Amino acid sequence: MTNPGYKRFRPRWHRERMPIFWWLGQFSYIKFISRELTSLAVAYTAVFLVVQFWALSQGREVYGRLLEFLRSPGALVFHVLVFAVLLFHTVTWLNLAPKALVLHLGGRRIPDRAVLAAHYLAWVAACAAVAWVLLGGS
Amino acid sequence: MSETITLEVQRYRPEEEALPTWERFEVPLKPKWMILDALNYIKDELDGSLSYRWACRMGVCGSCGMMVDGKPVLTCATYLSSLGPGPVRVAPLKAFPVIRDLVIDVEDFVGKLESVKPWIIREEEKPLAQGEYLQTPEELAHYKQYSMCINCLLCYAACPIAALEPGFVGPAAIALAQRYNLDSRDQGTPERMDVLSQEHGIWSCTFVGECSVVCPKNVDPAGAIQRYKVQAAADWWKSVLWPWGGTKRSMGPAPG
Repeated sequence: MTNPGYKRFRPRWHRERMPIFWWLGQFSYIKFISRELTSLAVAYTAVFLVVQFWALSQGREVYGRLLEFLRSPGALVFHVLVFAVLLFHTVTWLNLAPKALVLHLGGRRIPDRAVLAAHYLAWVAACAAVAWVLLGGS
Repeated sequence: MSETITLEVQRYRPEEEALPTWERFEVPLKPKWMILDALNYIKDELDGSLSYRWACRMGVCGSCGMMVDGKPVLTCATYLSSLGPGPVRVAPLKAFPVIRDLVIDVEDFVGKLESVKPWIIREEEKPLAQGEYLQTPEELAHYKQYSMCINCLLCYAACPIAALEPGFVGPAAIALAQRYNLDSRDQGTPERMDVLSQEHGIWSCTFVGECSVVCPKNVDPAGAIQRYKVQAAADWWKSVLWPWGGTKRSMGPAPG
């Protein structure tokens, strides 16, 4: 049994090709790809937020029409789904923050929990600020 | 517990076959045997032509990393009995070219490792008469975790990006770059940043995180890469916002 393509003293290394569905082979990879896909909801929400601000800048009538559209059953169901996906993306993102942010204060490392708490507080503050603008705060 | 277990070992003999094949071996299932002991048994008793790397047998040299049932492990640190009832599949590490049987080509990795300059870089060496560069235990603690890497390459086998993008510098090399960046005696951060802020450096990493999961020494290469990204982004903003900004000489603690 001999490989006809083999050349003596010039061996050929075998290189395994990565299949296109490589991520189906392991649960952690499926989780990773799912999380990556939730970025679409993030992108949609960012664009939609700009649309909301634009409508707000156009006056009461345009913003009212946008609110009318959002009250339709289809829009409601869609946005509830987007919100759930967004929540998953945000929480998993924030939970990774201590991996990237290793901070020291007075020669001591700030605990991961404190880094995490700071991120969640900033998130709540940002949400409150946006809600204040959209709900017509003055 | 049965007295034997079946090992399916991937064989690749380029002079005989164009593609790898699987070969079955029956080996004794002894409670204290590691996968490596089973491979040594095959080599000694069943088929002397089986090729694989190993050296220390105690999880230090990093030579015996292989895919066992699809997961990258050190075969000297994985009990055979933990994988029952079998058959147990043993293959070479993923993402690397295979030379023969379970032996992979690591030349590409060595080149990448060298590219990040994993040694202490000084702008100016002080004369020997002035003594050594001292370091406190606190300064050591900043980088010690990253210095535990044994170059076993399990992290590359677990990383889909390393397999999909052959140019990616990869987890271990970046973690080792970080080990020197965080060393208070080192001043080579800008040089390493030049290499690692390129396309195939830190930005290729999509934070799958599996490199840290499989690391037998708890080095956490994924964390090292994310820290590097934060540092690179902060440096970029500094260079844009402040003319005197830019990369610090060392990412480690300020000398006391």
